[in-house]
Amino acid sequence: MAKLIFNDQNFEEEVLKSEIPVLVDFWAPWCQPCLMMAPILEELAEDKSLEGKIKIGALNVDENPQTASRFGIMSIPTIIIFQKGIIVDQIIGLQAKENLLARINNIIMNKEVKK
Amino acid sequence: MRSPFLLWKNFEALIIIYKTFLYFDSMQEKYSLIIVGAGPAGLTASIYASRYNIPHLLIGSLIGGLATEAYKIENFPTEKEISGLELTQKMKEKAESLGAKIIVDQVVDITRKEKDVFEVKTRSANSFLTETIILCLGTIKRKLNLPQEEKFLGKGISYCATCDGPFFKEKVVAVVGGSDSAAVTALYLSEIAEKVYIIYRREELRAQEAIKEKVIKNEKIEIIYNNNVKELRGDTQLKEIILENKYKNSFSLKIDGLFVEIGGVPPQTIIESLNLETDGQGYIKIKEDGSTSIKGIWAAGDVTTGSNGFRQIITACAEGAIAADSVHRYLINKK
Repeated sequence: MAKLIFNDQNFEEEVLKSEIPVLVDFWAPWCQPCLMMAPILEELAEDKSLEGKIKIGALNVDENPQTASRFGIMSIPTIIIFQKGIIVDQIIGLQAKENLLARINNIIMNKEVKK
Repeated sequence: MRSPFLLWKNFEALIIIYKTFLYFDSMQEKYSLIIVGAGPAGLTASIYASRYNIPHLLIGSLIGGLATEAYKIENFPTEKEISGLELTQKMKEKAESLGAKIIVDQVVDITRKEKDVFEVKTRSANSFLTETIILCLGTIKRKLNLPQEEKFLGKGISYCATCDGPFFKEKVVAVVGGSDSAAVTALYLSEIAEKVYIIYRREELRAQEAIKEKVIKNEKIEIIYNNNVKELRGDTQLKEIILENKYKNSFSLKIDGLFVEIGGVPPQTIIESLNLETDGQGYIKIKEDGSTSIKGIWAAGDVTTGSNGFRQIITACAEGAIAADSVHRYLINKK
């Protein structure tokens, strides 16, 4: 699945009401670490092992201040993983792909155990 | 009992696995040079290596390095003023135009595989072989090392003003530090925030005069000398900091954001695992030609003891060029 684009308008529907966990990358074009992060998330979004288990997308904080301030974003890149509308993980700063994958898998696994 | 035929089949399977392993092992990419780190030193080393026709690979987790965070650079000879992001982008484009192969990844381990061959492993489990290495590891921003610092990261504490400054529009912020970076950070924040404090432990800023003058003239900036940040306070967000002077007198400052600009420290992992010779503070000791205590490994940029400890973009570039030239001489002599 390709990386999704979230905004103030679709956030409720696409993220908070999603049936599966959603990873949101809060970013802005003025931030170099954010630009380095983008292709990593692109790769994760295309990762077949995550297909149907998590949605991965980005939200431009400059264009969507409402959502950014709702979640108190004061540092970017910030990655938040939501599950059933609740924040289950939050990571600040440039991350390696492996680290993100581990955090995602941790959430996916937990979900499966709970079932 | 198992038939001899089945045993033979198992043996054959093992041989196939072994041969496949050997095949992939021999496929491991090998370079004459690997440059670790993609800041100004690494990018310049790559530019020179390309012009010397040295087959090389550049691996870095942040293209442009820490320099990308500089909001305004006014002392690079060719530029009137330029952002760090733009300047390093130009260096990257230049390196790529000469054929540089750049991988965005983090080097996690370097080991000597044979006499003149090093193995470089990355976080994404890739590994490459190389005859020589230039370490351009840069530095990591120093933290305050105060309780709750982790907790308030992204909740009022920032180590990157150009990333996070825009979140503090018309707010009250403070910058800790007295160097060029601290002063430039305060100037940048004064364009966004309502009020900017600079908190410095000494009596006078140590930034270059040209920058210092601008800071002192700026009406939004107030400098608090002779004080350290002693405590961070707040609930879910940073709200207040407690400052203390050398006479142990303390007072509180209500702020919305705190930007930490108290210099950098060399990253330890690779330097320690290689057992490279360093100075007391962990910077890699280099000779005039950029060589380190290990044959086949050079170093350049902020991570070294070079350039009289004057850590600037232009000195990093110069060290990168010198190291690439030394690698070139070394490879020629080896032939």
